[in-house]
Amino acid sequence: MSLDTKEITVNMGPQHPSTHGVLRLILELDGEVVVSCTPHIGYLHRGSEKLAENRTYQQIVPLTDRFDYLSCGNNNLAYVMAVEKMMGIEVPERADYLRTIMAELSRISAHLLWLATHAADIGAVTVLLYCLREREELLALFELISGARLTVSYVNIGGVRRDATPEFIRRTREIMDYMPRRIDEYNTLIMENRIFLGRTKNIGVISYDEAIDWGLTGGSLRGSGVDYDLRKAIPYAAYDKVKFEVPLGEKGDVYDRYIIRIEEMRQSVSIVNQCLNQMPDGAFRADIPTVVLPPKDRVMADIETLVHHFVLVSKGFTVPKGEIYVGCEVPKGELGFYIVSDGSEKPLRMKVRSPSFVNLSVLPRMVKGHMLADIVSCIGSIDIVLGEVDR
Amino acid sequence: MHPENIVEQIKERFPDEVTDSGSTFGQTWAVLRREKLAAICRFLKDDPDIRMDYLIDITAVDWLPSAPRFEVVYHLHSMKHMHRLRLKVPLEEDDATIPSVDGIWKTACWHERETYDLFGIKFDGNSDLRRILMPDDWEGHPLRKDYPLEGTEWQFKPW
Repeated sequence: MSLDTKEITVNMGPQHPSTHGVLRLILELDGEVVVSCTPHIGYLHRGSEKLAENRTYQQIVPLTDRFDYLSCGNNNLAYVMAVEKMMGIEVPERADYLRTIMAELSRISAHLLWLATHAADIGAVTVLLYCLREREELLALFELISGARLTVSYVNIGGVRRDATPEFIRRTREIMDYMPRRIDEYNTLIMENRIFLGRTKNIGVISYDEAIDWGLTGGSLRGSGVDYDLRKAIPYAAYDKVKFEVPLGEKGDVYDRYIIRIEEMRQSVSIVNQCLNQMPDGAFRADIPTVVLPPKDRVMADIETLVHHFVLVSKGFTVPKGEIYVGCEVPKGELGFYIVSDGSEKPLRMKVRSPSFVNLSVLPRMVKGHMLADIVSCIGSIDIVLGEVDR
Repeated sequence: MHPENIVEQIKERFPDEVTDSGSTFGQTWAVLRREKLAAICRFLKDDPDIRMDYLIDITAVDWLPSAPRFEVVYHLHSMKHMHRLRLKVPLEEDDATIPSVDGIWKTACWHERETYDLFGIKFDGNSDLRRILMPDDWEGHPLRKDYPLEGTEWQFKPW
């Protein structure tokens, strides 16, 4: 007797706990094996690029917080660097260090949430609780320095918004002190777990050439062994003044991408420590009155400064004509800003090259031929944030 | 190789295809005609000294009211040589079609879909040219300059 078999279509998402947001996948299944996978995105599309065309350059900084809302410090930095390069602004050294510290703290907190959800998706729910515990400490740090836990808008054109207080430095040191031990702790929870290994090793393998061809960046690219990290390739902020290593994978499977991100957290801790040790005293923003807001205490004290503040906030400043592309290594990969200026206060066009968008495009290729349950570990391993995919 | 030398090489291999080139804020760009775009991209990717194996991004700029109205922008990077180049291809409004580079870089597909979705530029030869961010039945292309900022009337159709 022969059984009549046919492929079935299954809808996964947009409301699904392991799609990390509003990602919808249409799956063609042959039994439990994935024949094809079609991602549908756009559920979080807010038209940020259109909005940016109608905002002044300063007003766009908070918009960038909303792309990858887990690592706002990095997003701010990428955008601000693009504008500063167009205007030829040099920021003080202390600002460079503060930016680096903020970017690396954001990276650790983003990776912690990635690890928490990735492990929970695969079944190791305990890790989630531990990771969120440490992430909470980091969010408290962000609140201390910027006043906001998530959407920090800390990096500003010309420098950073506020200087680091001794309290901030003390607490950062404290957290960075115990962080490596905590990372080891997470590792012991999953590294020798047979279920975790079975669900990550040899799953979603992407080869060296394929990874480049698909335009992958970040941990997803380095998991396949490609040595490309913008912090090393085109150093920015204070990255050329600190020592760190770029971990590389060999095979390009889910497990390699996991190892890379764990190691990246350790490197980030080391970068933050070096920055805290090397950071010079001095100004935390450039002294350029046409661009940088005056100190708040003086705004409240004399009328000229108040007018200055008012004009800068309401009218903005002009940026020279031209176009620029600046990329920055965020936790997900290369976040790029392509800005076209027509010489006015608002950009003519701002394109966001988002790493999550590009990394997600490889998912159909990655899951083809695997089991249905492996989709979950593949999504976790490319580390997407839907706010950045849809913009 | 310095990006400006790459532009020279394109000029040598494909005479008359490069209409303009230069460098702004230290970044080199070249303006190309669209006819041989795919061949030029293939050359840039395969030539061992240029080896632009990583396509960073494809996007477009709407220059309304100037003509030609659109400009499709490609950002290329070489993982081996670590150099970057920007290609720009101007397009007329009534003939906003450009050859696809989908077959050269796999990542191009989604970038082209996004540009098609938001600007209405057609990529000839793209294997899967559907809308990507907006709903399938959406009318209009939101990033065009003549598309109202607050959108048109509510467009979602009940299903």
